[in-house]
Amino acid sequence: MGRASIGRHAAWLLLLLGAPLALAAEPAATGAEGGTAVKWEAWRADNSVADTESLQRGARNFMNYCNGCHSLKYMRYQRMADDMHIPTSVLNANLVPPGSTNLDYITSAMPAADAVVWFGKVPPDLSLIARSRSPDYIYQYLKSYYSDPSRQTRSNNLAYPLTAMPAVLSDLEGVKAAVFREVKSGSGANAISEQVFDHFDTISPGTLTAEQYDGFVRDTVNFLDYVGDPAQVERRSIGLWVVLFLLLLSAFAWALKKEYWKDVH
Amino acid sequence: MTPDTLSKPALRAPAKAGLWGWINQRLPVDSFMRSQLLDYYAPKNFNIWYFFGSLALLVLVMQLLTGIFLTMYYKVGAATAFDSVEFIMREVPYGWLIRYLHSTGASAFFLVIYLHMYRALLYGSYKAPRELLWLFGMIIYLALMAEAFLGYVLPWGNMSFWAATVIINLFGTIPFIGPGLVEWIRGDYGIADATLNRFFSLHVVAVPLVLLLLVALHLVALHEVGSNNPDGIEIKAKKDAKGHPLDGIPFHPYYTVKDIFGVGVFLTLMAIVVFFVPTFGDLFLEKANFEPANPLSTPDPISPSWYFTPYYAILRAVPSQRLGALLMLVAVVSFFFLPWLDRSPVRSIRYRNWISKVFLGLFTISFLALMYLGLMPAQQPYLNITRIFVVPYFAFFWLMPFYSRMGGTKPVPERVNYHG
Repeated sequence: MGRASIGRHAAWLLLLLGAPLALAAEPAATGAEGGTAVKWEAWRADNSVADTESLQRGARNFMNYCNGCHSLKYMRYQRMADDMHIPTSVLNANLVPPGSTNLDYITSAMPAADAVVWFGKVPPDLSLIARSRSPDYIYQYLKSYYSDPSRQTRSNNLAYPLTAMPAVLSDLEGVKAAVFREVKSGSGANAISEQVFDHFDTISPGTLTAEQYDGFVRDTVNFLDYVGDPAQVERRSIGLWVVLFLLLLSAFAWALKKEYWKDVH
Repeated sequence: MTPDTLSKPALRAPAKAGLWGWINQRLPVDSFMRSQLLDYYAPKNFNIWYFFGSLALLVLVMQLLTGIFLTMYYKVGAATAFDSVEFIMREVPYGWLIRYLHSTGASAFFLVIYLHMYRALLYGSYKAPRELLWLFGMIIYLALMAEAFLGYVLPWGNMSFWAATVIINLFGTIPFIGPGLVEWIRGDYGIADATLNRFFSLHVVAVPLVLLLLVALHLVALHEVGSNNPDGIEIKAKKDAKGHPLDGIPFHPYYTVKDIFGVGVFLTLMAIVVFFVPTFGDLFLEKANFEPANPLSTPDPISPSWYFTPYYAILRAVPSQRLGALLMLVAVVSFFFLPWLDRSPVRSIRYRNWISKVFLGLFTISFLALMYLGLMPAQQPYLNITRIFVVPYFAFFWLMPFYSRMGGTKPVPERVNYHG
């Protein structure tokens, strides 16, 4: 997605209109040296909020797999349906839970007190998760769960180590083991040995293929991206006309200036 | 129309009839407009650097208008502020547009003001007789910094909270009264609801009033001494038979139509940001500020908005917090002394020698480098690089009394350079 590609550095340089600082060194990516190592930090969501069908699938995924614990407290069911062209009858029949109406905010049925007992914390509201983290982060998070019998949830995560959330999507994805390798640095008394992630091994397959699960995660991330800033599709389509109008205005203003300044010698 | 025909008495309606005449007999609307626009002669050789004054005025008006509408839905208070901003973004019709205009406007304001100030550095616009004009401008800059900081706290995101914590704690480095002063500013033992409420009051009432007054004074002072120009010579020195500067043209219509073009280009760039990249890669709206204020979770790293980072970099590069705060203050205040530090007989960089050009060039690079370094984490090698760039930054100001007199100047022309 275009927005994600405009990084902090690029934007900064753009801001200063090509200031002579392009030399500013970016620290080298800390990927593993091994040829086969999985570089999960480099995974990109590559989602598009303009893809309405993907958003609809993402909404379905969210309601079925996330909404049990997570709320979207700034989002109303009907707003979502309007933006995604979901008929109200379909919305009410499939996405609005019993006890709620289509005009309600998307809350979760899980009592906060129970959540604290079960997970140690209240699962966060996800209305702004795509903005406070990033779509890429959520994508990496949902794809980097691995089996860890030492933990109470029997799972762990590369993007968010020691996460309190269990691997709730393992039915779909299957269960993975993370294979680490030892990396030694320094020598003598300063010798450091670190466990660095290398790759995943499949312990048991899920109901979806790797490709299907990837699509599942991408749709869900896409939906959360939309929820983070629901006006963004409308914003871009209006923006195009506004910019075109302003360019035209500027052209006329330039012609007017030329005309007046003919007399100035 | 030429400058001559505009000033012919025939075109100046002497005493109009009707309502307009009635008003003008009681309020000098026509004569004020005439004296400030038609009879205000500006040098004809303004270049691109002269767009940013009028653009700053435009952004000020834009911030006031969007601010008025945001205030209609914003709910001040630690428990309500964050939610109300999201309400504006999602449920108020076109609330997102107003909010993004306001948040982008803050950055645009500083961009325009920095370019406006840089113009003065290039062409010596702060030199006599424009010292007071420069000082009013600098106080506007300080007020703008206060306004931007106060406004940044209002959404009550996590970066709002921690930026307020860091900045207000700087007052604690003042000897003796520091700790008590910090508590007095906050109105509580930490950044809290009371702080947010008073920041709101200052942001929407107190500082905007001060800004408007200062801008009025800035403009009155400008129209008294007249505009400088890229050649740095006084156009009033050469006048025609009617007493108009030979190198001057009436501000209206010549510069009003020219500024409309500048406004068009500026608004186009502004619209591209507002509609397509409103967060501007984390520079205009930071990720950490989409999480509500949380005293138990510190964002990593805490960095101020890009327009404050040159000074923030200087603050962090000094191991002692008190000395760092002092050096940061000096970095800002140094600008105030420019009219008296500059001993060059000429104004414009065009007619200065290579020594002044090298110092200005090094200052430019240092300011941009410090801006970049202030956005980086407070660790090596960034801290040491900052310490290197601090030297040319301060050398530009405090060696100016010496280098600005060295090595002679190029001959200054009698009339401005203009190629129509």
